[in-house]
Amino acid sequence: MCTYITETVAASGSGKGPQGWFDLGGASVYFDHPVHAREDHTLNIDFINPDLGPSARVAVELSRESATELAHAILRIVSQTVDV
Amino acid sequence: MRSKIVLAETVHITGFEGDMIEAYSARCMSDTPTGGVVVIHHMPGYDRATKEIARRFAEMGYNAICPNLHYREAPGGEPDDAAAASRAAGGVPDGRLVGDVAGARKYLLSLSNSNGKVGVIGYCSGGRQSFLAACSLEFDAAVDCYGAFIVTPPGSDSPLQVKPVIDLAPNLSCELLGLFGADDKYPSPAEVEELSKVLKENGKAHRFHSFEGAGHAFFAVDRPSYRVEAASQGWGLISDFFSEKLG
Repeated sequence: MCTYITETVAASGSGKGPQGWFDLGGASVYFDHPVHAREDHTLNIDFINPDLGPSARVAVELSRESATELAHAILRIVSQTVDV
Repeated sequence: MRSKIVLAETVHITGFEGDMIEAYSARCMSDTPTGGVVVIHHMPGYDRATKEIARRFAEMGYNAICPNLHYREAPGGEPDDAAAASRAAGGVPDGRLVGDVAGARKYLLSLSNSNGKVGVIGYCSGGRQSFLAACSLEFDAAVDCYGAFIVTPPGSDSPLQVKPVIDLAPNLSCELLGLFGADDKYPSPAEVEELSKVLKENGKAHRFHSFEGAGHAFFAVDRPSYRVEAASQGWGLISDFFSEKLG
């Protein structure tokens, strides 16, 4: 399906795209058709900086299971390093 | 018999508000007058699979064109980057879609071998946009391949500028062929039934087919959703429909 299920979040930090490292301007998180992954639908994240053009993008397409694992891992690590 | 020589190339056409946008043209190189088909790509973009569909219509004897609906977000960019940029910006606005499809239609009618008839077909989000275009512009045939959100809105948390377009049904300018998967959720069988009901109430000719054992995107040969029987029968129905309506 073209699910249209999308969230956009502010993201500060850096990403490494085709032209090297760049400052992030945000991230789109959505569940929809992948471009490359061999799944009907994947959890996709685009780390982007619209000010630098459409190719300033780091993209991942994750299976639902891997996306869930990743989200849990991120939350575990962030919660353990709150005072760091 | 029409020529089977096909010319496929990237062109630029005048779209919404006079913008020059990129499009993929696949033409049947014959002097025999023939119909045209506007191909509307799915949300993941102006990609190889959609260009293959345009070439298939040319091989069938039509002139086809697929406008790059994400061109403004990424002129000259990769289709996947352009689709991502378009999504982040809120998707393709309906008014812009209609303007770009109008430009594609005009391009087809300007071709020396045009017979003056043009159809429109779209897949996934393009299915909804095919219906929208056929309700906003004069077409001779329209095909909606599993387009969602014609009748019901997407979730309220979506930032995309998509709203139902069922209220445009009284303006549908041509017969609508709808091809759906019985296992699809977007659109669900209930949404398809509601669309059919509203078209009937408005006296609009349509023929809908829901394929058992098929879900969304059953035409997509490069995805696990591909269903060979539904796709083969669907292509047959499209071929018959366009032959009848576009000549």
